[in-house]
Amino acid sequence: MKCVGWKCSFSLVLVLGAILLTAVPLSAQQTPASPATPGISKALDEKLTQLDKDVKAAQSAGDNAWMLVSAALVLMMTGPGLALFYGGLVRRKNTLAIMMQSFALMALITVLWALVGYSLCFGGSGPVIGSFEHAFLKGVGADPNPDYAGTIPQATFMVYQLMFAIITPALITGATAERMKFSGTVLFLTLWFLVVYAPLAHMVWGKGGLLNAVGGRFPCLDFAGGTVVHISSGVSALVCALYLGKRTGYPKQPMPPHSLVLSFIGACLLWVGWFGFNAGSALSASSLATSAFVATHFAAAAAALGWSAAEWLKNGRASALGAISGAVAGLVAITPASGFVGPMPALAIGLIAGVVCYLMVTKVKAIFGYDDALDAFGVHGAGGTIGALLTGVFAQQVINPIFGVGKDVGGLDGHWGQIGNQLVGVLIAWVVALVGTIVLLKITDMVTGVRVPEEHEIEGLDITQHGEEAYNLES
Amino acid sequence: MMKIEAIIQPSRFESVKDALREIGIEGMTVTEVRGHGRQKGHTEVYRGREYTVDLLPKIKLEMVLPDALASRVVDTILKTAKTGKIGDGKIFLSRVEEAIRIRNEERGENAL
Repeated sequence: MKCVGWKCSFSLVLVLGAILLTAVPLSAQQTPASPATPGISKALDEKLTQLDKDVKAAQSAGDNAWMLVSAALVLMMTGPGLALFYGGLVRRKNTLAIMMQSFALMALITVLWALVGYSLCFGGSGPVIGSFEHAFLKGVGADPNPDYAGTIPQATFMVYQLMFAIITPALITGATAERMKFSGTVLFLTLWFLVVYAPLAHMVWGKGGLLNAVGGRFPCLDFAGGTVVHISSGVSALVCALYLGKRTGYPKQPMPPHSLVLSFIGACLLWVGWFGFNAGSALSASSLATSAFVATHFAAAAAALGWSAAEWLKNGRASALGAISGAVAGLVAITPASGFVGPMPALAIGLIAGVVCYLMVTKVKAIFGYDDALDAFGVHGAGGTIGALLTGVFAQQVINPIFGVGKDVGGLDGHWGQIGNQLVGVLIAWVVALVGTIVLLKITDMVTGVRVPEEHEIEGLDITQHGEEAYNLES
Repeated sequence: MMKIEAIIQPSRFESVKDALREIGIEGMTVTEVRGHGRQKGHTEVYRGREYTVDLLPKIKLEMVLPDALASRVVDTILKTAKTGKIGDGKIFLSRVEEAIRIRNEERGENAL
C-alpha cells in the first residue's frame, strides 16, 4: 500500500539515530575526568537536534528526487508511450485521433486535478470519496502530508498521483478506437474521471477508504493500481465496446495495425515508464521501491515469454505484436502486487498473465464477438483482475509488513483470507466501473452523441474529427 | 510501334533490367504495383485475427518500341523473369498509334 513507504524511510532515520547515540558515550569516555556540565549537554542536544534535522532533510531530498523522476516516467507512459502503442495498432486514417485522445487527457485531467480532482481522491477521510478540503490545491505545497507520504512535499505526492489519473482514462480509448466522437470522448472521460476514478482511488488509497489496506473495512492490497487503474479502465472499456457496437466492417473486413513499429516503441516506453508507476508507488527511494522495481521487470519479461510461447504453439510463430502485448499484460498484472511480492512470485504472476491475456484477446473476444478494438479489456481488465487476486496469494510480510511487523499478509504467509479481501476489492471495482460507465455513456449520448456517422468512420477520424492527417506523404 | 507491359516478380526485376540494357533498350517506365492472378496470398495473424493478404507486390515494366525490337524484348523478358513458379507474371503487347517527344515534337519511331 502506498502509505507504507515513509515507514521504511522512518526506520532509516531510527537506525541513523542509533548510530549517533552510540557515538555520544564514546566521545564522553575520552574525557572521563570532567563530568558533563549543563553547558556541554545543552550544546550536545543542539547538535543532535541539528543532526536529526539534517538527516531528515537528506532523506527528504533523496525521496523527493526519486518521486519527481517517477512522476515524469508515469507521464511518459501516456505520452508518448500509450499514444504510440495505440497509434500503431489503429488503421492509418485514425492514427492522430487516437493519439490526440491521450494527449487531450494529459491537459484535461491536469486542469481538473488542480480544481477538484486531487481533493476528491485524497482530501478528507470518508469511506467512499474524498472531500473539497484541497480544492484548488489549497494547502498543497512544500510541507509533507503525513497521511500519505511523510518525507516528500505534498505537492510532489499530488503531481505524482495526477499522472495515474491521466493514464487511466486514456487506457479506455483502446476500446472506443476508430469510431467514437472526439466531443463524446472528452465529455465521457471527464465525467468518468469524476464519477468512477475519484471514488475508486479514494476507496483504495485514500485515508479512511473502504478498501484501504491500512484501516479499511476490507483491507485490499493494491500497491500501484490494479483495481484503481486497470480493472476500472478495463471493465469500463468492455462496457464502451458493447455500447458503441462494432466498427463498420468488423470482423469481416481486415483491420490490421498500420504500424507495429510505432506500437513497438510505445510498448518499450510503457515498460520503462512502469518503473516509475510501480517502484514510485513506494513513495520513497527505499528498499521497497527496489523490490517493486525488480518485481515489475521480472513480471514483464515472464509475461512476454508466456504470450509468445502460447502463440508459437498455436500459430507456429512468435510475433512482435504478441511479445509486446505480453509484456504489457505482465506489467498490468504485477501492478497491484509489485510492492508485496518477491521476484519468483513476480515471474509466476507474469507468466500466468501472459497466457491468460493471450487467451482473452484471441479466444474469449472471438467467442463473445465484442469489438474491443485494441484489447483494453482483454489486457487491462483481465490482467488487472488476475493481478489483484494473485496479490492475495503471493503477498509476503518479508517484502512489505503492511499489516504490522510479524503479521501475515497473503496466502504464502498462511493468510489465505486475504484473497477474500482482494475479491471484495475486485468486485467493488467491477461494479463501480460497470454502473458508472453505463450511466455516463447514456448521458454523453444525450449531450454530444458517442459514435461518429458511418461515412465519417469510413473516411477516418483524423480528417472528420480533427481536420488533419497523420501522414501527408505527398507534401 | 508496340507497347510492352510486363508484370513480373520483384525479385527478378534487377536481372530483367540488366538483360534489357544488354540488348540495347534505353528507356522504360517502372511502377511498383499490387495485384493477383492465380497465385494465392499469404496469411498474417494479429492478436489471433487472421488476415489473408491476396494483393501481392509486383513490378510493372512499360516500354514502347519499334516493331523490329519487340520480339527480342519479349524473348529477353521471358528468359530472365521466369522462375517456373505460379506468380511469375504476364506480358501484354499492344499497338501504339503515335509517339511524340515533348521537347522537339519529333513524331513516330524517331520519338522513341
